[in-house]
Amino acid sequence: MAEVLRPETDAQVREAVAWAVAEETPLEIVGSGSKRGFGRPVDAAHVLDLSGLSGITSYEPEELVLSAHAGTPMAEIEAALSEKNQMLAFEPPDFGPLYGGEAGRGTIGGVLACNLSGPRRFAAGAARDHLLGFTAVSGRGEAFKAGGRVVKNVTGYDMSKLMAGSFGTLGVLTEVTVRVVPAPETVRTVVCLGLPVGIYQETFRAAVAAAVEPTGLAAYGGYEIEIPVVQRIRDFGGEVGAFRLEGPAKSVEVRAARLKQVLHDEFSDTFDAKFDELDQTESESFWRGVGNAELFTTDKARDWDLWRLSIAPTDSDHASNVLDAFFKYELFVDWGAGRILFGGEPAEDAHADHVRTALGYLKSGGHATLVRAPDDVRRRVPVFHPEPEALAALSRRIKESFDPRGILNPGRMTGAV
Amino acid sequence: MHMPEPDSAVLAERDDIIAGLRSLVPGEGVIAGGTALKAYETDGFTAYRQPPFAVVLPETVDQVAAVLRFCQARAVKVVPRGAGTSLSGGALPLADGILLGLSRFNRILDIDLANACAVVQPGVTNLAISEAVDADGYYYAPDPSSQIVCTIGGNVAENSGGVHCLKYGLTTNNLLGLEVVLMNGDVVRLGGKHFDAPGYDLMGVMTGSEGLLGVITEVTVRLLRKPEAAQALLLGFGANAAAGDCVARVISGGIVPAGMEMMDRDAIHAAEEYCHAGYPRDVAALLIVELDGPPVEIDTLLTRVEGIAAQAGATHIRRSRNEVERLAFWAGRKAAFPAIGRISPDYIVMDGTIPRGRLAEVLVKTAEFAAQYELRVANVFHAGDGNLHPMIMYDANKPGDLEKAETMGADILKLCVAVGGVLTGEHGVGVEKRDLMGVMFSEDDLNHQQRLKCAFDPDGRLNPGKVFPTLRRCAELGKMHIHRGQMPFPDLPRF
Repeated sequence: MAEVLRPETDAQVREAVAWAVAEETPLEIVGSGSKRGFGRPVDAAHVLDLSGLSGITSYEPEELVLSAHAGTPMAEIEAALSEKNQMLAFEPPDFGPLYGGEAGRGTIGGVLACNLSGPRRFAAGAARDHLLGFTAVSGRGEAFKAGGRVVKNVTGYDMSKLMAGSFGTLGVLTEVTVRVVPAPETVRTVVCLGLPVGIYQETFRAAVAAAVEPTGLAAYGGYEIEIPVVQRIRDFGGEVGAFRLEGPAKSVEVRAARLKQVLHDEFSDTFDAKFDELDQTESESFWRGVGNAELFTTDKARDWDLWRLSIAPTDSDHASNVLDAFFKYELFVDWGAGRILFGGEPAEDAHADHVRTALGYLKSGGHATLVRAPDDVRRRVPVFHPEPEALAALSRRIKESFDPRGILNPGRMTGAV
Repeated sequence: MHMPEPDSAVLAERDDIIAGLRSLVPGEGVIAGGTALKAYETDGFTAYRQPPFAVVLPETVDQVAAVLRFCQARAVKVVPRGAGTSLSGGALPLADGILLGLSRFNRILDIDLANACAVVQPGVTNLAISEAVDADGYYYAPDPSSQIVCTIGGNVAENSGGVHCLKYGLTTNNLLGLEVVLMNGDVVRLGGKHFDAPGYDLMGVMTGSEGLLGVITEVTVRLLRKPEAAQALLLGFGANAAAGDCVARVISGGIVPAGMEMMDRDAIHAAEEYCHAGYPRDVAALLIVELDGPPVEIDTLLTRVEGIAAQAGATHIRRSRNEVERLAFWAGRKAAFPAIGRISPDYIVMDGTIPRGRLAEVLVKTAEFAAQYELRVANVFHAGDGNLHPMIMYDANKPGDLEKAETMGADILKLCVAVGGVLTGEHGVGVEKRDLMGVMFSEDDLNHQQRLKCAFDPDGRLNPGKVFPTLRRCAELGKMHIHRGQMPFPDLPRF
């Protein structure tokens, strides 16, 4: 039975890691544990639970910057930001329910360690773009910091990028500083009902080219499972494309009208679309659903294997065609067709060979991440896209530099790292 | 400023090493003597000069890999260089090192508007990318003031900024992929045309690594749709503090301008004399606030900014009525550096970033430093993101003047750190701020940064003498200090 260490100060984190280094005993690093199902399962004798290291340490709205202990719940951070009409631009998703847990339990450290970004990613950057600085304890049992509390900073290597998305394998984050932005004054979503799957990427491209500045571009097939958020769209039951527009009300209104005009002018020969619009409240719940992949949390889909493809948008149609040849799945397209989430009935290897073979057929390549599958499958199948040898060797050397004894989340990213 | 001692063994084998390099990069690709080397002895940080051992100008990735493998084997140091516009001495050569120039990598390989990106070689200039896609309505957002000549490879190495960072980010936020040759000759591809590659974010790590980790041979940049329109406000204030207050109020009012620049009295006057931009001369501080997007949005937000400016005590408020006026507002700001060059024989530009709220205080202290050191200083400021550029004027022909200017610059940067900011916002550490790194970072902080370097370049051949005040051997950095002890904090609850 793994023992849980629950430090409450930075010094205690360092103490815990130094102890584990001396004992050569691996630690599984968790915030609230809401995303434990993401990545390869970690085999560690002890759990280092950061949930006791919690609280916002500094929030200066006029400086657009917030610092918090790594174990601070996202819910607490979002509430503080919302009070000042601000937000995290990368729209961190809540994957709790996706992994069978409760909503609202994730921590800021977990979001950053997993580099999780929501629908606004293509327009506003990923989690890694908004981490300005941090303090951490490396696998050497030493505390170190990097970055700062200002956006424009090139002092030393950009270690924040290294830590974001490193899944706790290089250091245990103890405090993070993130950039925040003003929340948009209004949000509206133009919904295109009956948008055929083969066309959505071109409509997204047209929206960008028309300078209507979309901050969400998503589509789904709506075959058998439903996006459980907006009743009107659920009732429609068919294919849907969604275009989010944000900004001052007048600006959003003008852009929404232009977007509909452009889609009508350029695509009315191709398909017979109906337009609908989601207001502020509907938009918020719709895009939250998109970000949290709620499509795959329904009764029907909650046990499905789930993949995420990150690809060049123009390859998206081809990708789904190739995948069609291999197995049956439901897909969801986001990030202007740069990201495809798809899931299907559980399979022995979660169709990993098929999925990664399919990527090989794409003009511009990309990568596939096994976002959800049973533990035993994620032990056998590389969760993250395997790196070519020279790159994998470099990654191993970095891991060895920061965690020479391999005590931090061993195996979480690959069997070797 | 001390650079690493030249390796006498390398200097002794000079002819043999040059012959080896010539066999790898034939033709005109190796410059090994005479006046031609002189052109490479400095970069945009002209206070320091050192002719390199040789200049190598490869044309292919294979040549880059072969040269790096050769230099690794022969213990020859390598300083990568783009256009040499670094303001921190990032491309300052070494007496026993080759200068690896990427100027022949000057082709745009692929413009892919459907995926909103372009694949370019590192020697392509920043502006050339935007020009190549201008007619289609796209552009590459980061716009350092040297954009006419600086190269994208150098931009990546320095994580260059510009005046539009507040809304559109720095170089690191506008990249999709890199191809990098490591010191051991391995060629790695990071990212591509897709977002967020799995594994460690080594593209993010390479960006801003100042040529210490690898040689960039290809860059995939994001292209943005040009905003529909842009319009600017010129705001004059009777005091720096009032301008600073206006900046804070705009930001807390939920407005993210495309650019928000500030100039102090000396910078305004120098610019006005240099290019007659039409700036008011009877103000202490000037703000240029630019909004972009759909015209209706610009109009709404500019009206709000005008209101905020009036509340903050602006004495001049002018809105650009057309593109000519907008560009005129910018002309003075963009000419700030040459304008100072006209009134002073020499100057150095500082580059600290501070929390916006501390602006007035930092300007007051900067003026005090100027009085103390008996040097003139003019300030331009990327006010939107807190990036300060004090220009310290000196005369290199006056003995001790450069040292005085450098000491004053260091005082300003220490002040930036003391008020919660950083040493450099966009110009890089290079040799200029190398010895100040200890002001911001502890030994453990710097050791962890150097351990990252060890994974890329264990023998420290790439651009040594830059960024880190003390060079440590990787073997020494790798040692662990283990203290066996009790299970930690035994009094805490366990589950």
